[in-house]
Amino acid sequence: MEINKDLIAASSTPIVLAILAEEDSYGYAILQRVRELSGGRMEWTDGMLYPVLHRLERLGHVEARWEVAESGRRRKYYRITSQGRAQLAEERRQWQAVDATLRGIWQALFLPVPTSHSASAVPLPQGS
Amino acid sequence: MPAPGHGVSLEEQIDQWRSYLRRRQAIHSVDVAELEDHLREQVAVLVDAGLATDEAFLVAVKRMGDLDTLSREFAREHSDRLWKQLVVAPSDSGASRAAARTDAIVAFCLAVAAAVVIKAPALFGVQLDEDAGFYARNLSFFVLPLLTGYFAWKRRLDPGTLRWLAVAFVAAAVFANVYPFAPDGSTEVLTALHLPIALWLVVGIAYAGGRWGQVGGRMDFIRFSGELFIYYVLIALGGGVLTAFMAMMFESIGIDVEPFFASWLLPCGAVGAVVIASWLVEAKQSVIENMAPVLTSLFTPLFAAVLVTFLGALLWTGRGVDIERDMLLAYDLLLVVVLGLLLYSVSARDPRSSPGVFDVMQVVLVVSALLADAVALWAIAARITEFGFSPNRVAVLGVNLILLVNLAWSAVLYIRFLRGRGSFTGLERWQTDYLPVYAVWAAIVVIVFPPVFGYI
Repeated sequence: MEINKDLIAASSTPIVLAILAEEDSYGYAILQRVRELSGGRMEWTDGMLYPVLHRLERLGHVEARWEVAESGRRRKYYRITSQGRAQLAEERRQWQAVDATLRGIWQALFLPVPTSHSASAVPLPQGS
Repeated sequence: MPAPGHGVSLEEQIDQWRSYLRRRQAIHSVDVAELEDHLREQVAVLVDAGLATDEAFLVAVKRMGDLDTLSREFAREHSDRLWKQLVVAPSDSGASRAAARTDAIVAFCLAVAAAVVIKAPALFGVQLDEDAGFYARNLSFFVLPLLTGYFAWKRRLDPGTLRWLAVAFVAAAVFANVYPFAPDGSTEVLTALHLPIALWLVVGIAYAGGRWGQVGGRMDFIRFSGELFIYYVLIALGGGVLTAFMAMMFESIGIDVEPFFASWLLPCGAVGAVVIASWLVEAKQSVIENMAPVLTSLFTPLFAAVLVTFLGALLWTGRGVDIERDMLLAYDLLLVVVLGLLLYSVSARDPRSSPGVFDVMQVVLVVSALLADAVALWAIAARITEFGFSPNRVAVLGVNLILLVNLAWSAVLYIRFLRGRGSFTGLERWQTDYLPVYAVWAAIVVIVFPPVFGYI
């Protein structure tokens, strides 16, 4: 299924921060983790992750460093900062509010939810 | 790694892909390296899964996303990089070349208009040499409205903003001309000096064209101001050489060009050059962009060395600063220069790079300037009652305090950044947010000082 662009853009900050809260990582591995977490339902265009990472870096939410990976190539690793953790907590509160609101209205509507469109279609980052 | 037989072609393909990416100005080589690492890993994983290298390469490139969209996303995040390509028309398309020509024609017409405007009062008998006060007070109005008009046209400002800018100019013109200034009084001189500073903010709002609310928009305006200054100095130097030759050659045939020079060439050239220099900055940004940071990095260590030596000498000899009445003005100018160096290196610095030696130098410069200024302020505070409060002294003192606050907090933010406690964005935000303070102070000097000090 396709998740619309605005939703992907809005959720990218908490997802990336949460993945980095698990452990330091780099672009490719972050995308792999997103696929894994969403069961392949969230398809990001690979390149688009990098402007997001650079924005988080500029805002001071993450720090980057270059390291030589086991493949012998130079690789840019990202690490979440304490400011980033605070931001993640804030994002989490906001998304929980959105989620709770939606849950409330779904229940009120008694909509029959098709299994493949379950409420977890937009996975909330449960990292940290 | 892929099989050796395919290795060469994969390397070639990656080389080609890399060169495509490099052509995008918004994507820097360090980002290309990051994206390349991604691409290679993706290819390796696909090859492991059983794809041939060329297939794997195609899939990996496809997953990376369309290059135009990607470069747009990078440009949106790194808007400072886009800055140089925003206005410079790409030379390969006909439509943009036509736009560049229109731009040049408009700028030239406005420069001519500025030259006409400055000569217009002479038609009504207001001569440059006899009514110097009138010209000094109104200097801003001969060129800044035209410059604002140029940017309003270029940025397609909405009529609402335009109306406010016009109101600002009209109000400024009223304040500059209705006050009964004493001839050659100091409040008149202060008005002449401060009005351009206040109105420069109006030009800035037009320049930013709706982006004034953003840090990036104001930072672009700071860059623009500095580069306009560099271009203007260059044009003035060239003009000086031209007139020197002109005077020499005409003198050899017995014609004195001095009257023509003083009443036509100098005033018309001086105002016209502001518009032309602005247009040049707009059109040739990528050329000059390399110059301002070079000048900054050249003079930052030199100024820092001078200031540190001065402070050292002050401590060593134990002499007090012998503060003359006008000495504080010199310290104001020192702070302005230091602020300029700071602003320039802030505006040219990549906010993502980590602190380096140059940043330490910058902090040394700012802190030593602050200490030197504090010593001077201390000396003048002790004798302020003896000197009394003249409009000049209050103005100079006020500017000093405003600069001091600006630099002091910048130093705090810079040190925090060096110690890894804050991001560079905080410093940028502070510098750009502080800009209106200068304009407000200049407006206060223009509007409040003359009546308070009795127009002396």
